[in-house]
Amino acid sequence: MPAGGGLRALATAAVLGTAALMTVPAQAETVMVGVILTYSGRDAALGDQIDKAIRLFQKLHGHELPDGVKVELIRRDDTGPNPDVAKRLAQELILREKVDILTGGQWTPNAMAVAALSKEAKIPFVTMTAGGSKVTLQSPYVVRTGWTLWQSSYPLGQWAAKNGFKRAYTAVSDFAPGHDGEEAFTKGFSENGGEVIGSVRIPLKTTDYLPFLQKVKDAKPEVLYHFNPGGPQATAFMKALADIGLTNSDIKIIGPGDITSDDELPNMGKAPLGVITMLQYSPAATRQANKDFVAAWKKEYGADSVPTFFAVAGWDGMRAIYDAVAAQKGKIDADRTMEFFKTWANPGSPRGPVRLDPVHRDIVQHMYLRRVEEVEGKLANVEVETLPQIGDPWKTVVLGKQ
Amino acid sequence: MSHQSATLAAATRPADPTKLRALEVLPWVAALTFYFVAPGYEPLATQVFVMILFALSLDLLVGFAGIVTLGHAALFGTGAYAAGLLSVNGITDPIVTAVLATLAAAAVGLVTGALMLRTKGLALLMLSLAACFLLYEVANQATPWTGGDDGLQGVTFSPLFGIFPFDFRGQTAFFYSLGVLFLAFLAMRRLVNSPFGWSLRGIRENDGRMRALGCPIYLRRLTAYVLASAIAGLAGALQAQTTQFVALHVLSFQLSGDILIMLILGGAGGLYGAFIGVPVYMLAQDLLAKQDPANWYLWQGAMLLAITFFAPGGLTALAQQALSAIKGKLRR
Amino acid sequence: MIGSSIVAILFFGVAYGMILYLISVGLSVTMGLMGFVNLAHGVFAMAGGYATVSLMNTMGVPFFPSLALACIIVTGMGFVLERTLYSRLYGATELRQVLFSIALCLVAMAIVRIVWGPLAQPIQLPEYLTGQTDILGQALPTYRLFLVAFAAIVIGGLWLTFERTLFGARIRAAVDDRAMAQAVGINTKRLFAATFGLGTGLAALGGGLGADILAIAPAYPLQHIVLFLIVVAVGGLGSIKGPFIAALAIGVSDTACKYFFPEVGSVFVFALVFLLLLWRPNGIMERR
Repeated sequence: MPAGGGLRALATAAVLGTAALMTVPAQAETVMVGVILTYSGRDAALGDQIDKAIRLFQKLHGHELPDGVKVELIRRDDTGPNPDVAKRLAQELILREKVDILTGGQWTPNAMAVAALSKEAKIPFVTMTAGGSKVTLQSPYVVRTGWTLWQSSYPLGQWAAKNGFKRAYTAVSDFAPGHDGEEAFTKGFSENGGEVIGSVRIPLKTTDYLPFLQKVKDAKPEVLYHFNPGGPQATAFMKALADIGLTNSDIKIIGPGDITSDDELPNMGKAPLGVITMLQYSPAATRQANKDFVAAWKKEYGADSVPTFFAVAGWDGMRAIYDAVAAQKGKIDADRTMEFFKTWANPGSPRGPVRLDPVHRDIVQHMYLRRVEEVEGKLANVEVETLPQIGDPWKTVVLGKQ
Repeated sequence: MSHQSATLAAATRPADPTKLRALEVLPWVAALTFYFVAPGYEPLATQVFVMILFALSLDLLVGFAGIVTLGHAALFGTGAYAAGLLSVNGITDPIVTAVLATLAAAAVGLVTGALMLRTKGLALLMLSLAACFLLYEVANQATPWTGGDDGLQGVTFSPLFGIFPFDFRGQTAFFYSLGVLFLAFLAMRRLVNSPFGWSLRGIRENDGRMRALGCPIYLRRLTAYVLASAIAGLAGALQAQTTQFVALHVLSFQLSGDILIMLILGGAGGLYGAFIGVPVYMLAQDLLAKQDPANWYLWQGAMLLAITFFAPGGLTALAQQALSAIKGKLRR
Repeated sequence: MIGSSIVAILFFGVAYGMILYLISVGLSVTMGLMGFVNLAHGVFAMAGGYATVSLMNTMGVPFFPSLALACIIVTGMGFVLERTLYSRLYGATELRQVLFSIALCLVAMAIVRIVWGPLAQPIQLPEYLTGQTDILGQALPTYRLFLVAFAAIVIGGLWLTFERTLFGARIRAAVDDRAMAQAVGINTKRLFAATFGLGTGLAALGGGLGADILAIAPAYPLQHIVLFLIVVAVGGLGSIKGPFIAALAIGVSDTACKYFFPEVGSVFVFALVFLLLLWRPNGIMERR
């Protein structure tokens, strides 16, 4: 194309653009939403899942807003579990970009730091995938659309004890969700007659699991409860499991669904076969809402791409934000938004019906017990049992009794 | 060594200590103007002030005493964690915690410096690096006290002088950190122009001759190290107070590297390098790293390559060369 | 049973140490030979990892040919970088060398991220290298066994080269006294470039072999450089035996510490290094 043509096209576009701007109704309301996720660094895969869900939601449902109301996203990269960076970015989004709502909150430490700020600045904060129970206590302006570690690990502890396991070992990543998982599993397991014979906390940035697994192997428990933040870490763990000979051994491996996350399953070889996990979502689920969601996802991102529970948490987070924006016709008031969230529900979520509990603004959802099996030559998390409408057990089991 | 240092020293000839040049008022005027023209940018400006103070302390080591360290964040982090830990244990007055944090960092500097400064060259570089990683791992493993990877939660400080609260808008933090930086700068200006400061330059240029003159080299270097540690600790305390948060990053090798880059970008050995290098670096980072940090690495790397190969004296040296070239033309 | 666990832990430590040594030995020789503080050595290990993984995953080249090709590519890369950039800073201050090599790390990290994306690259090992193998009644991870054996062969070859060939003799001469070596007619320029290339090639091999332990991701060069530097500083500059002892000591003590005192983490290793350096600032093999 000759240079002149390009310039002319640009000029035309500018004119058309100006015209388009002028036809927007005068009372146009643009809601600014700040999104803080991990777009770079080792754990960018998880942020990528959430961001894909956000984009897919906007593409399919972005138009479902009252006339003249728009939602504009401003994305920032926290580069990983770095609470100081997340806090600074949130502060900048509030002061410079004047955002009405904050979201993202991929990591518990980051979400804790941002939550403290949301309280001070009175900005609603929708944390999508932080799993530490205490996040929603940090500020009255926080809601959670993901999960808590207690939601999966407390029932998992009960399940393990009731299914004949007597001696357990726990090995968790050494940060808030890991500590929550360890506490929750131990509580559920020991309340039902099991005994935790040992526990180890593994540094968050570990790449070599062998020495820790050797420790577990020597203790000879009947069941190993494990949590890591998923993604490449989950694969590293499974490889180490195979290397040390703990796959299909006398030690049953169980944990939250993070350890067999669906996007990493193809990289894990046969190691995870038989691993039992508890989670709120599996892309293999057969309810209609999920089939539609997975189909739309694959259409957008290719047949090899699989949405995980991170994606679904992001999807429902966007649903909640859009519902709140629509209900207020784009004029966001922090307190009214929080009032709205207290009764928010999404019966048609891909993971089954979800709602927020009005007291702690935490997600209430079905939890599914899954087993890794081979389905049509590929590994999949197959749902074997459903626990309906579980809230965050920590709030009743621990907090309620204090 | 000597060629490089000679250019550094020549490029940044120190001011007559008794006279305040007109140019020296510029940074402070710029800082105050910034407050009025860029509302919403107070937190960024505050970060810049804190990092300038941190870079100044490194300048005392690298630029004046000729001690190259790859682990200066160890001392910054000590100050930050000291302030943070005091705060979560109920001591929240900003001035009191800043003083105590400064002393804590000076103490750590005294112990590590006394050991490290017995060595030279690669061993010294590696010891500084090992000390930094050691402290990082201690903070990482001491989860019950430091929060480990979760960061230190619940850090709050009471209002400055009992009047001005540290809120999320960051106005108190802005003036507080600017004020502390100003006072610390005046003190450092005096220090480097004192006989002690000149003896440091002497040791940097030729320690054999200084020893022959009867100068206690080890003691001088250790004194410089402890003073630099104290200032780095003060900067760390400011960081904890102005962000009301402490995370492991304050002790990281990455921060040690970043601050070295900022100082060298501005130019080491003249106190003013920090005032140019830090803002340029941090504003560039703010502009370039927002959505794609990969590009920022590329810029950072390119900037650093250009400095090492074409302008070893940093931006201050470049500016001075340009200034004298203009002056030369005018005179003719 | 405890006895066999200790054997296993020792073994994991040795495997880890071997990888550290393969990567670091080149750094030791080049730092000793040229007096260059090179913080960018991890770049070459990372490049080896990326080359291996890409050749295997996208071009379907088998594991061993990929490793060999990766080595050759990175050796060439090291050779070119030595001639064009590194050689300009021989004799410059430590500070300038440090800054230059940090800059090189940053640029490499950016390029890698733009080309391969931010994620760690998984290496798909051939089936026969996975799982466990019994050695004298002790079940050990097959891949780590292979690692130790393979690295031992490479290291043996390296020592023979260093001690028994003319090339090795020239390097030793230049490390001991560069001016004298030059005076007796050794072309130090060519020697530097060849040594640098060899060192980077070994690093690439270590990077490719160790992808399971030190994951191949853009942060690699700055994340792990401290380990490589420690091996060199503790082992002693210009030596090839010192770093071997240092690498094994660090590999075994770090692994053992994770097993026996997981709550102490890496604190122990760094404390050990700090004390060793105070005791012997020029490395444990220092000739007194």
